[in-house]
Amino acid sequence: MTTKDIVYIALFAALTAALGLMPPIHFAGAALPPITAQSLGVMLAGAVLGAKRGGFALLLFIALVAVGLPLLSGGRGGFGVLLGTSGGFLLAWPFCAALIGYLIENDSAAGPVKTGVYVALGGIALMYAAGIPWMAFIGKLGLGKSLSIMVAYVPGDLVKVVLATLIARGLRRAYPNL
Amino acid sequence: MLDLYSPGTSVLHRLSPGVKMLSMALGATLLFLNQSLLITAAATLGILALYPVARLPLTKAAAQLRPLLVIFALFFAVQWYFESLTLAAYVVLRLAALILLASLVTLTTRSSDMIDTMTRGLRHLKPLGVHPEKVSLAISLALRFIPVLAQITTEVREAQKVRGLERSVIAVAMPMAIRAIKIADDISDAIDSRGYRS
Amino acid sequence: MITLNNVSVSFGERVVLNSLSLTLTERRIAVIGANGSGKSTFARLLNGLALPTSGEVIVDGLNSAKKGRELRRKVGFVFQNPDNQIVMPVVEEDLAFGMKNLGFSKDDIAAKTDEILARYNMSDLREHPAHLLSGGQKQLIAISGVLVMDPAIVVMDEPTTLLDLRNKRRVARAVAALPQMVITVTHDLDLITDYDRVIVIDDGGVFADGPPAEVIAAYQELMA
Repeated sequence: MTTKDIVYIALFAALTAALGLMPPIHFAGAALPPITAQSLGVMLAGAVLGAKRGGFALLLFIALVAVGLPLLSGGRGGFGVLLGTSGGFLLAWPFCAALIGYLIENDSAAGPVKTGVYVALGGIALMYAAGIPWMAFIGKLGLGKSLSIMVAYVPGDLVKVVLATLIARGLRRAYPNL
Repeated sequence: MLDLYSPGTSVLHRLSPGVKMLSMALGATLLFLNQSLLITAAATLGILALYPVARLPLTKAAAQLRPLLVIFALFFAVQWYFESLTLAAYVVLRLAALILLASLVTLTTRSSDMIDTMTRGLRHLKPLGVHPEKVSLAISLALRFIPVLAQITTEVREAQKVRGLERSVIAVAMPMAIRAIKIADDISDAIDSRGYRS
Repeated sequence: MITLNNVSVSFGERVVLNSLSLTLTERRIAVIGANGSGKSTFARLLNGLALPTSGEVIVDGLNSAKKGRELRRKVGFVFQNPDNQIVMPVVEEDLAFGMKNLGFSKDDIAAKTDEILARYNMSDLREHPAHLLSGGQKQLIAISGVLVMDPAIVVMDEPTTLLDLRNKRRVARAVAALPQMVITVTHDLDLITDYDRVIVIDDGGVFADGPPAEVIAAYQELMA
């Protein structure tokens, strides 16, 4: 791993933290946690940096959250958040970024739609596949009920997939040798 | 950088970060293995009792749970409606106990001390190809550039405000990502020119 | 002494520097030129951050293409934007970064940190987070982080561009007091009036080279 790889890893971890400063979108009053721009960082890291660096960037981010830095949207941090109801989603982030990176690296000729599908596979499918069972386990809820809670987040996540795909393709064109 | 640490000199503050993190992991596992409401309630009280030991006011404990009240209420209602009151209480108490336990570690341990403990722990992973120096460089760089990128976010949002775009994620995220990539080249040159061996 | 023998640099099709041959021995040398003239690339050649596409750069007998690490140890480099040069979150950690890379002892690092902070009146900033420094403080910390590594030559790439007048002067005084050979790439003509030699780079080649007064006059005519 070169110096530049280390720098990219650190910068995309920092970028994910900075995206937490975007104001969250409240959509169900106070009934459900708001949608934040932060998981966009997961998608961008994977799509722009590739599997290895993208995965490490989010691993670094999650480690910094774990040790108590208030980097999650709303100034949250610490082990408590990672053990809480949305812990599965957060702990999955490094793997989601790595999967997105892996899929895109192995199909460099992919058009925008295909790239979007890859981003969705890592950024929605894998994230939910890890997060929903965790939520079910922590809350003893059963998969069905947890799944129905998360359905409310799908539209927002689809928007993020489109954004991440547009941004990542733009960046890849501007900086082909990242 | 600002962390969630609450300064103090109590026994819990002085305990080594490694011991605290391992105890937390053990405690969390036990909470999950145990299925009894009574024991969970006792554990919650026991963990709460540690807050005064750490000289932390109980309002601090309440502050840890406050952001989760909505989700607690949701879980409680669902469990009560579909299952039983006992299960509802068990689930919510267990969650509260977990959060309180984890927050206790966060509140009594400096982030920098935890980072030191973790990077020291990484030395044992050297045979697996982990480079602790590279990890600690990455950590330092992230800590250095989080406030820089946060500042850039604020600047970009102000610039977009003029165009009425400050809430548009793409109008903010795109320039931020471009800035991040641009400064990456300079930073790695600066690191290399200061004698760093990668 | 720095020698450039027939140095050319191109990025793909674009020729940035075209067969430069120069010998640099003066204590204070300035390099000026328009944006995109190739002067930044010129600065980066001097400590091996950029390598010639053809020709060679030799600094005190070290060829930049072969002895990159030794060269970077000898030639300190100050970047235009200190925000991208300060790599550690806290001032003292950043000052220690380069020294640690060079294998300085703990005592040496502590002593040199004390000395440099005292020299620039910044001892109270020792444990300060880097992102809370003012622009002038940041540039002085960035310069300090290079000086503690004891370079024989200091190359600066537009060190005052982002500073206000007061901080420009502060940095200029700090640079003037250095015992080392200093090569400054700049747009800031006030900074270089008492330099020993000024080189104007234009369109990838040397347009003028000599003492400040006449070279700056020629440069102003070129830009008019």
